[in-house]
Amino acid sequence: MNIVVAIKHVPSLADELEVNDEGTNLDYDMVDFVLSEWDEQAIEQAALIKEASGGTVTVVGVDVIEELDNVLHTALAKGADKAAKIVGDFEPPVESRDQAQLLAEAIKEMSPDLVLTGVQAIDDLNGQIGPMLAALLDMPYVGVVVNVAVSGDTAVVTKEYAGGVTAEYEVALPAVIGIQAASQPPRYAPVSKIRQMAKTAEIEEIEAEEEEFEPAPINKMAKPVAAGHAEMIEGEPEEVAAKILGIIREKGLL
Amino acid sequence: MSNDVLVITEHFDGRVADISYEMVGQAKELAGALGGQAIAVMLGSGMADQANTFASDATIYVDDAALEQFNPEAYGRVLAALVAEKSPRLTMIGSTAVGMDLGAWLATKTGQAFVAFVSDIAAEEGNLVVTSNLFAGKMSAEVEPEGDGVVTAVLAGAFPAEAGQGSTAAAQIAPPVSLDGLKTKFKQLHRPEGGDVDITAVDKLVAIGRGIGSEDNVELAEELAEAMGAVVAASRPITDAGWLPKTRQVGKSGLTVKPKLYLMLGISGAPEHLEGMKDGELIIAINTDPDAPIFDVAHYGATSDLFDVAEAMLEELE
Repeated sequence: MNIVVAIKHVPSLADELEVNDEGTNLDYDMVDFVLSEWDEQAIEQAALIKEASGGTVTVVGVDVIEELDNVLHTALAKGADKAAKIVGDFEPPVESRDQAQLLAEAIKEMSPDLVLTGVQAIDDLNGQIGPMLAALLDMPYVGVVVNVAVSGDTAVVTKEYAGGVTAEYEVALPAVIGIQAASQPPRYAPVSKIRQMAKTAEIEEIEAEEEEFEPAPINKMAKPVAAGHAEMIEGEPEEVAAKILGIIREKGLL
Repeated sequence: MSNDVLVITEHFDGRVADISYEMVGQAKELAGALGGQAIAVMLGSGMADQANTFASDATIYVDDAALEQFNPEAYGRVLAALVAEKSPRLTMIGSTAVGMDLGAWLATKTGQAFVAFVSDIAAEEGNLVVTSNLFAGKMSAEVEPEGDGVVTAVLAGAFPAEAGQGSTAAAQIAPPVSLDGLKTKFKQLHRPEGGDVDITAVDKLVAIGRGIGSEDNVELAEELAEAMGAVVAASRPITDAGWLPKTRQVGKSGLTVKPKLYLMLGISGAPEHLEGMKDGELIIAINTDPDAPIFDVAHYGATSDLFDVAEAMLEELE
């Protein structure tokens, strides 16, 4: 079972996001990149499948800002067997649609049985790499998946609906699956193991066939103007607690 | 390319999902401004009556046994054929468990632009202006998509549902493409086991999110909830971690609640969570990040340490 996990580096939401001078996108000079959180779930699901049914896991991503190594080393420390990065003279942002194109070319060469990726990435207008990959690779796609079990040349996947309802699908491989959450919370990779991978692991470099991409024609990007804002309660925790209880009591709810 | 607006509706358990009406209502307005038709599309089996409930200019109902349950491959084939035939200016699909399997795929297959996380679509002087909520709602981007037609994944609650409800008679057709040889097979639905408290039916909820930090701290929320006569609910990271059962999850992939009190501890307010609780009557949020989107939705907010406040509340209640 040849499992490929397609990942994406995205701006960290832990920091304040700043818009560029033109007001048309983020100021990418001010952005820290992290692994998209759904891709972390996809890596975990791949590791779980490998443990349950064997196979090799290859993690691949587009190295837009030449800082993907740490993410790949972490994936290796969590159980991936191989790591690859698509390299080129990129300028962020390289949007999901373009990353999907680059990834599809690279993944085709890997002849995967199963491609996993995060169900969404929240950093550009294209939203989802998975369905785009499936369309480009001409493979079936099921997304919003919370469990994958492989047997022979089929995968049984659990897709999640609202309210705790799930649907089970049987998909003939090869297929692309969009992971909402792994069937177990992502494992922790000890720093020592990541360091060891950084020293010993080899990351395959795949030259991008195209390096220049036109970002979507955004007229305006800004922090959303909210229709309203909460009335903020200031003070020491005891005062805040008393005020909150006061508001709740006033409504007759205590 | 036509000036039509195609709306991909969806249904579950024989009931049309609200988002379908929300999109049809807006599609009517946009099609009017663009000089085209708002065309609702429903795929299913035995859904002919429900297909007649839209206020669209026209409705196409594709009936086939293979479409009874959602199947991304079967639905994708039919929709790609319909989009190729109608060549709409705009295709609207829900940013839902169904739409997220189809929208980006359809756009790629048909060579159209795609815009996800859509909170608004306007027609200005013949141009479409689409607003997308990026970075978990922390940024809003306005785009005029290029090319021949665009597929948009629309967030639930973006438009009012009433405007999309009507009685246009649907034209029932057979699938325009063969649905033989599908690689994806629907097997079965699993429904959550009963037994746990129904959080949609209680008046007061204490909701916890990532900010609660560790499983040990869930107990503090439980104690506070008990002292207030409330029940503990959660955002996705908490149920994913297994700290609370799925039956307590509020949001897009969880339950939609409208309690009299929704007290939030350590929830930043990702769009997926807001979708499930924004209609709460009294929303109070405690979160250390003053820029957290939840403060745009909550009625009252505090940026204090949630543990200090929860403990102080507990002390006063006891």
